[in-house]
Amino acid sequence: MINPYLPFEATVVERIQETPTIFTLRLNFCDSSDCNYYFQPGQFNMLYLYGVGEVAISIVSDPKEKVCFDHTIRAVGRVTNAMSKLQAGDRVGVRGPFGRGWPLQEAEGKDIVLITGGLGCAPVSSVIRYIMQRREQFNHLVIMQGVKHRDDLIWQDQYDQWREIENTQVLLAASQDKSTNWPWYSGHVTTLMDEVTFDPNNTIAMMCGPEIMMNAAIKPLTDRGLAEENIWLSMERNMQCAVGHCGHCQYGAKFICKDGPVFPYSEIKEYFGVKGY
Amino acid sequence: MKHKVLEKQDFESLLNALHLEGYSVVGPQVSDGAIIYQTLDNSTQLPIGFTDRQQPGSYSLNKSQHNHWFAWANGPQALKPLLFKPEESLWTAFLAKDNDETLSFEAVLPDVMPTAVLGVRACDLAALELQDKHFLEKEYVDPYYQKRRESLFLIAVNCSHPSENCFCASTGDGPFVQQSYDILLTEIDDLFLISSGSEKGDKICRQLDLKDATELHIESSSKQEQDAINSQKKMLPVGDIASMLKNKTNHPQWDVIAETCLSCGNCTSVCPSCFCHSEKDIQALDGKSSEHIRLWDSCFSQEHGHIHGALIRTETSKQYKQWLTHKFSAWVEQYGSSGCVGCGRCISWCPVGIDVTEQLSILCDD
Repeated sequence: MINPYLPFEATVVERIQETPTIFTLRLNFCDSSDCNYYFQPGQFNMLYLYGVGEVAISIVSDPKEKVCFDHTIRAVGRVTNAMSKLQAGDRVGVRGPFGRGWPLQEAEGKDIVLITGGLGCAPVSSVIRYIMQRREQFNHLVIMQGVKHRDDLIWQDQYDQWREIENTQVLLAASQDKSTNWPWYSGHVTTLMDEVTFDPNNTIAMMCGPEIMMNAAIKPLTDRGLAEENIWLSMERNMQCAVGHCGHCQYGAKFICKDGPVFPYSEIKEYFGVKGY
Repeated sequence: MKHKVLEKQDFESLLNALHLEGYSVVGPQVSDGAIIYQTLDNSTQLPIGFTDRQQPGSYSLNKSQHNHWFAWANGPQALKPLLFKPEESLWTAFLAKDNDETLSFEAVLPDVMPTAVLGVRACDLAALELQDKHFLEKEYVDPYYQKRRESLFLIAVNCSHPSENCFCASTGDGPFVQQSYDILLTEIDDLFLISSGSEKGDKICRQLDLKDATELHIESSSKQEQDAINSQKKMLPVGDIASMLKNKTNHPQWDVIAETCLSCGNCTSVCPSCFCHSEKDIQALDGKSSEHIRLWDSCFSQEHGHIHGALIRTETSKQYKQWLTHKFSAWVEQYGSSGCVGCGRCISWCPVGIDVTEQLSILCDD
């Protein structure tokens, strides 16, 4: 009998400090027979820290990488704060992958608009890397990332590299930063929508970040003719079981853990932005 | 199997047959002023001669003139706590310190004894079906629930005395049992009409000395059902409640309810379909292991909607809205039917007597 609640042992292969509060854990399973493991960008794992508890974290590495998988985490809560003290060689528990990932097959041959805010770039960065590895399979690519302060941006070097790639537009915005040296815009990333080029009849938009940011990004996209089913959002709610049993992540009739966390806007429109859901 | 008759004086033979078959029997008994389910050794422990009085926010038991065994509606619990435990261990993590610190995990699956539950009502069977759908029939199977569920033998008893808070006739789930039982009993004076609904039930029934039921017995049973239906005064609004609730997000009634509701979560504890639970870790004092447990949770708790930096539902109005719209609207989309079976427990056990049928009639009125 498969027990979806039971974690597997994994080793921290490497720990990378991205900013003072954000770190990346590179993990692999201790028992190689657990390695029959395949995920899609946008899916998440439940990470367990001994004696402390479990937390749902998205997977940021490329699914083609067979040996290790990466999680980028901000130390904000009881479990993530304790996890920030992990070092290479330490052991954690992992179960997953869970949920629906990004619509990457559907996105092939299309323009891609990626909009992220804060650490929303973590779930979406798996998409960026996925596309960069397979750049010829996708059309025009727009990467929009908003942060509060420029220092909050992780992977700045990568954004600089991505900017150099043909047919790729990178827009960075800092909402609470006074210094606005190029390539930075001052303000919310969603106000840069006019700068973005895409074909509304052949585009998939994917976004992750604060709901207020995603809400602000949806209207300019639909105003330009992008259909609601082509706008995909990664949602976050309290998750404890990850298998649709514990009830915490219910979002109207959806379970974020198994029906999401990635949804087309058309599926969750009824609840999106409504307080209490 | 056709209806047969089991005389009350022979009832012990049913319990004996179950015990011989290896079942531990759980049945209704009076304890702490309520009818609750616990291990039953013989029929004298049943609530013989008792009757209940349930009203919004109140529940009491009385001794009555009659000598009926099942002349009451169910108390705060029935099947749910037997299958989906209020608290249980899921697994244990072991930390070993050799050269490296290593972690291992061991599932703590329950040691389950085959259990026969006597006194299950139609509403409880309907709720069991809802919990089965949730824990067993979706993408992931819950092995803890499954193990207990597979060991269950269900002896249903048709409900002859719905309480003032019952509305199972209006949800279509009772008061008489239609399916999903192993043995079904209908109490008629000094005897029970008995029928089997499964092979397991047949096997037990074959060991009993049963007589044929007469037309008169069948007529009494039909009359009992009709009387039980007619006695129910509460009902759900007529029509498609799920649709009627769809555009009620900003209805002023949510704030009106919130002025009374204490967000205590009693309704979710006694609700036979509510499934929310939280998970938690308890470290052993020797530092060598840590237990991962789950406990019933409620959408009326602040933590239920906690994500870092935000609580999704802090106001009582939103918590009540989550509970009610989940039960009557979202549930339909999730599981194909309403999450309410009309047992009336949430009305009886609400300390301030909020009546869900009244709230629904206001919300669905316009």
